[in-house]
Amino acid sequence: MSLPSTPSDVAAGRLSQAEYARNFADAHPPLTAVQALLEAERCYYCFDAPCTTACPTGIDIPTFIARIAQGNLRGAARTILEENVLGGMCARVCPTEVLCEQACVRCTQEDKPVEIGLLQRHATDAYFAQPGAPLFSRAAASGKRVAVVGAGPAGLACAHRLAMLGHAVTLFDDKPKLGGLNEYGLATYKTVDGFAQKEIRWLLSIGGIELRPKHSLGRDVFLDALARDHDAVFLGLGLAGVNTLGMAEPVDAAARAAVDFIAELRQAASPAEVAVGRRVVVIGGGMTAVDAAVQSRLLGAEDVTMVYRRGPEAMSASDYEQQWAQTNGVRIKHWAAPQQLLLADGRVRGVRFTRTALQGDRLVQTEDRFDIEADMVLSAIGQVFEAQPLGLSLELKGGRIATDAQGRTSHPKIWAGGDCRAGGRDLTVEAVQHGKVAAIAIDHQLRA
Amino acid sequence: MADLSTTFVGIKSPNPFWLASAPPTDKEYNVRRAFEAGWGGVVWKTLGEEGPPIVNVNGPRYESLLSDQRRVIGFNNIELITDRPLQTNLQEIRRVKRDFPERALVVSLMVPCEEGAWKAILPMVEDTGCDGVELNFGCPHGMSERGMGSAVGQVPEYIEMVTRWCKQYTGLPVIVKLTPNITDIRQPARAAHAGGADAVSLINTINSVMGVNLQSMRMSPNVGGMGSHGGYCGPAVKPIALNMVAEIARDPPTAGLPISGIGGITTWRDAAEFIALGSGTVQVCTAAMVYGFKIVQDLCDGLSNFMDEQGYRSVQQMVGLAVPSITNWNQLNLNHIEKAVIDQDLCIQCGRCHVVCEDTSHQAISATKNGKRHFAVLDEECVGCNLCVSICPVPGCISMKALQPGEVDKRTGLTVSGDYANWTTHPNNPARA
Repeated sequence: MSLPSTPSDVAAGRLSQAEYARNFADAHPPLTAVQALLEAERCYYCFDAPCTTACPTGIDIPTFIARIAQGNLRGAARTILEENVLGGMCARVCPTEVLCEQACVRCTQEDKPVEIGLLQRHATDAYFAQPGAPLFSRAAASGKRVAVVGAGPAGLACAHRLAMLGHAVTLFDDKPKLGGLNEYGLATYKTVDGFAQKEIRWLLSIGGIELRPKHSLGRDVFLDALARDHDAVFLGLGLAGVNTLGMAEPVDAAARAAVDFIAELRQAASPAEVAVGRRVVVIGGGMTAVDAAVQSRLLGAEDVTMVYRRGPEAMSASDYEQQWAQTNGVRIKHWAAPQQLLLADGRVRGVRFTRTALQGDRLVQTEDRFDIEADMVLSAIGQVFEAQPLGLSLELKGGRIATDAQGRTSHPKIWAGGDCRAGGRDLTVEAVQHGKVAAIAIDHQLRA
Repeated sequence: MADLSTTFVGIKSPNPFWLASAPPTDKEYNVRRAFEAGWGGVVWKTLGEEGPPIVNVNGPRYESLLSDQRRVIGFNNIELITDRPLQTNLQEIRRVKRDFPERALVVSLMVPCEEGAWKAILPMVEDTGCDGVELNFGCPHGMSERGMGSAVGQVPEYIEMVTRWCKQYTGLPVIVKLTPNITDIRQPARAAHAGGADAVSLINTINSVMGVNLQSMRMSPNVGGMGSHGGYCGPAVKPIALNMVAEIARDPPTAGLPISGIGGITTWRDAAEFIALGSGTVQVCTAAMVYGFKIVQDLCDGLSNFMDEQGYRSVQQMVGLAVPSITNWNQLNLNHIEKAVIDQDLCIQCGRCHVVCEDTSHQAISATKNGKRHFAVLDEECVGCNLCVSICPVPGCISMKALQPGEVDKRTGLTVSGDYANWTTHPNNPARA
């Protein structure tokens, strides 16, 4: 390719304050009280409701919706939070279009499910605005101590349930703030107004959870010692590594992992501080790619292209997410694999792609190539579990920690859940369920 | 297009849709708007005797009962009869009738239960050129405390007496409006008939308290903290009204007595049902108070299209057609057997039919098939109760199918005979003939 003659353009502060405020406001504003009431009245209160079956945490959805319709928002919030203690965040980030709402019987009848996610947000927002008396209380102290490593959705859910069941919990995380991907990983417009930390403060208010932030496993704390000093250990370590593109490793900071870009934006005091390329290429087809691409546009990037090596149906971002990206002006290009990062004077100027095709079931690269100009390249081709900090040998499966259905690992005192556990869909709501189920299993074992 | 015109006790109207005596027909302004919108007739809101008019409360007079999606299904009011001077009303009635001669204009009346009071007002009303009078023996609130309205309608002897006075002092058709706040609607209807009434109209509103404000622990609606029962109407009362209309239509002493049907009529279907059970005209109030006068165009259009489709050339042809289908329970055919059938192509799998049958009825709907969610009727348990049909959210998804002679009822193992047999001859009936 002839590299662009214009200089590389990566800059912060591309937009006015008003534009930033508008772009990073709530992407899907909450329902008003009237909207919530009308929507709640659409629920048929199904028997053995398919939406509940489709919810990884098994929230009794018809019950919470009926309670909204009856003006019992506290009761609705209890129904949600007793199964999913992070029900407020899940209401914001769950891909409901492939979970509860996909199962809604209204889809069959009229192709328009009850807006379960927005209703869940309505109930939990109302509760968090005026929590009143605690919803949950702790059982009598068991005298047992459990270490929870990782304060993401899995660890938080596990810690909360263990605390409820009367155990003493110590919660470790290597980051300064708790929350894991809730704090560092989600698109900014999905969780405005510091909701992640607000929710965590409420969760911790149950008591019995001692916090150890900035404690990194394998550096500041060690699994063998934790297992020795506690009655049980839960690992909610997430995926600390990112897949690399397999190209010559870039030297320019403008070629980076999408997760880092997303985290920088979440942690920035203002989006105006975050630099973005004038032209951005995002490589990958999942939710992380969508979040990175859309937020690049919202930060003022002129051209943003998502490039994915297969067709739209194979993308792990749902149809809804893909449309969301396109609505925000992101171009999605399919059937292309990155081949070479194009640099000039050490600066990213573009990416060379090879067109891909299916031969039978196998994805192959063709001879056909093309270049896309870019000042910034974000890779979002998946994250990987880093086993090394474990320090001791736990059985892995597909590179992640192998467990039984309750989350017990090959070590009798260690459980695991969330993205680090083998065999999930890497969803926040699944991580919550892992944490909850493991806590109940740990409780059974400790009381056996 | 079908001919919607009606002649009811000699009163002609271009369609059978009259506005009932109520707030929408309180004064000239409203009635002109109603006629301009296309209403076939109005019953002018009840006039009282000459003198200082009654007064209404200045707090809430109305409150509604809402269904899902904020639809009004029930409505309550504590408004009294007209609170404007008699002469003002009479002048307006005269002007409106002059300008809309082809519309029906009936005047509702309520004066004390004294012959002189009726004798005094009737000539004045007749002088307006109106088409008839309706005697308000129905209002259940306020006026009834003063010995009028439903206080009269609850005493058949008074109904007969006052009706007779009215027939004596006016040549206008006399329609007697009945209260449903009574045990047996046939008694006041018979009394009206005996007194010489040209027709009855029913139902008036039902005694009701709409609710309680749980913050203040006061009934609602209330006026400055205190409330009084009101009159209930709207779609929720339609079944009660249909029964009462049918009771009168099939009661031998009153069979053939013209009926103006009232009670929750909102759509042309509602109206057609009242007509089929014996109503020569229908009266509407709540629907107009909820949606405005324009609905009469939908009522006319719907009824007309239905009649064309069915081949009815006049409203009169339809009057009472369904009355013979109503009988006493002891005449029902106990050999007739139906089973529910679920259309699997329409089923959205909400499962409500299953759970209500399981919890509250006959355990006749299964929830799974080959381990998968699937709702199907178990003929060996189904008694044909129609609960599942009644609660299914999908129109036409569950239907009832009658077993034909020769088929075996899997629940009892008996072959359907096709013979008619009712309770009066059933072996379990200790009083059988």
